Amino acid sequence: MSLILDNISYIYGKATAFETYALKNVNLAIPDGEFIGLIGHTGSGKSTLIQHMNGLVKATEGNIYFNGADIYDKDFKMKELRRKVGLVFQYPEHQLFETTVIRDVLFGPKNMGMEQLDAELAAYGALKAVGVGEDLLDASPFELSGGQKRRVAIAGVLACKPDILILDEPTAGLDPVGRIEILSLLKQIHEEQKITVILVSHSMEDVAEYVERIIVMNDGEVVMDDSPRVIFEREEELKAMGLGVPQVTRVCRRLHSLGMDINPDCITIDEAEQEIKKKFGLV
Amino acid sequence: MVNFDQVTFEYIRRDEEGNVESINKALDDISLDIKEGDFVVVLGANGSGKSTFAKHINALLEPTEGIVTVSGYNTKEEDKLLQIRENAGMVFQNPDNQIVASVIEEDVAFGPENIGVPTEEMWKRVEHALEKTGMTAYREKSPNKLSGGQKQRVAIAGVLAMRPKCIILDEPTAMLDPVGRNEVISTVKELNKQEGITVILITHYMQEAVDADFCYVMNKGNVVMKGKPREIFAKVEELKQYKLDVPQVTELAYRLRKAGLDLPECVLSEDEFTEAIRRLKCR
Repeated sequence: MSLILDNISYIYGKATAFETYALKNVNLAIPDGEFIGLIGHTGSGKSTLIQHMNGLVKATEGNIYFNGADIYDKDFKMKELRRKVGLVFQYPEHQLFETTVIRDVLFGPKNMGMEQLDAELAAYGALKAVGVGEDLLDASPFELSGGQKRRVAIAGVLACKPDILILDEPTAGLDPVGRIEILSLLKQIHEEQKITVILVSHSMEDVAEYVERIIVMNDGEVVMDDSPRVIFEREEELKAMGLGVPQVTRVCRRLHSLGMDINPDCITIDEAEQEIKKKFGLV
Repeated sequence: MVNFDQVTFEYIRRDEEGNVESINKALDDISLDIKEGDFVVVLGANGSGKSTFAKHINALLEPTEGIVTVSGYNTKEEDKLLQIRENAGMVFQNPDNQIVASVIEEDVAFGPENIGVPTEEMWKRVEHALEKTGMTAYREKSPNKLSGGQKQRVAIAGVLAMRPKCIILDEPTAMLDPVGRNEVISTVKELNKQEGITVILITHYMQEAVDADFCYVMNKGNVVMKGKPREIFAKVEELKQYKLDVPQVTELAYRLRKAGLDLPECVLSEDEFTEAIRRLKCR
């Protein structure tokens, strides 16, 4: 199950004085089972890019292949792509609308044409995966807390059994513990169900902790695409794009530049802790 | 400047016949006093009562029990509402919900014009407010082309044009990218330092609390911790219990100290961390 973006460009106001590239010559391969972080400052084209991935926006130039099939081919089943590439928008809880939690989660799979029983199984499974207890199934989604609402909204997409799950800043507005809960949950879903997860994020600390590959966008172009460690080596370039590296990486580099024998490539608190302990003979 | 005396606020839910269905105490017997000119940060998990607290300061909500006074005015006195809201201005989370005009300078002028400030004086205020928020270059532009951080600065300018003694910001950076967050926070810090305006900042980003004069931590409608940032962030375990965390360097120093390294009780910045480790090495 792979998604290939072949030289995609998306142009607003083509052939007018207002012609602007929202995406420019984007080439990406999203193979099976990766956990990917998509970063870039506001207006860098992240949202436009993910909307191409499930066919919500049609590229002005270039092709997209899903499992080898051209998604712009007239025989291509777009509905199937939208089921298999699940998109969770920013503040997804604003899209909850049903009278009960279970009905809300059921809407997606049923709308996609699943049989009632299959849809129910998928919905129960999805709610379990996001940690919403059975006691809440018949509650109104509007009575839940912010964090719970967001889980229900994610379950709604998960219940469609996607192969690729894309989330646009799923932790925006949550408190620190709520943020960690959502991210760990995504990691768990990624590991247990072997689905590809693409996480749009502004937090370098979060992507460093969770993802295995980072795609960096700037002015509509993919400017970096590599493992977090390799990406964070390019601190100056990231800074120039209004991004940065995790705080622990910065302090390890400062200690390193002061002549201390500390690995300047630590990207998580755990790594930095081990590195400094080693230095002072504590391990 | 702002005083809460045993304030309790209850959200009362009623059924169709008007009978009380449930009572939810959003604020539970809060007493505190915010000094003029202070930079105060309020931390707390989702649902801890922070926003309810904020809305009491400019009389958007009235306490069920107890008294809130702002610059000496009791918020329950309806004929003082205008004075209270002139004294205490509010900035909310979503930058798109706070802009009313189609030209930036008109948006900033909306507040003073509304309370009948003479035209000449009004434009003086607008000019000053735009200058202080670094938005002068955009004064004749349309707000829909601005970034989130710039929109929030326009919202702050709008409040500033009312010549308030106190600005309350309810998670003003939750929807912004790191660049936008910095823009907003440094604008607010400058207003506090240069103009002496009291700032009450509600946030989930611990990093934003590091330079505050005073911090309050809320949990379930109560103020559970208060003190200088250094005192608050020294209590890592207690903060986690309230669903909060600490900046990465603080966490790292805390872990290393627990492992036996002779580090200060609370490390708040990268400079402090580097310095503390360097001192250890010299010994």
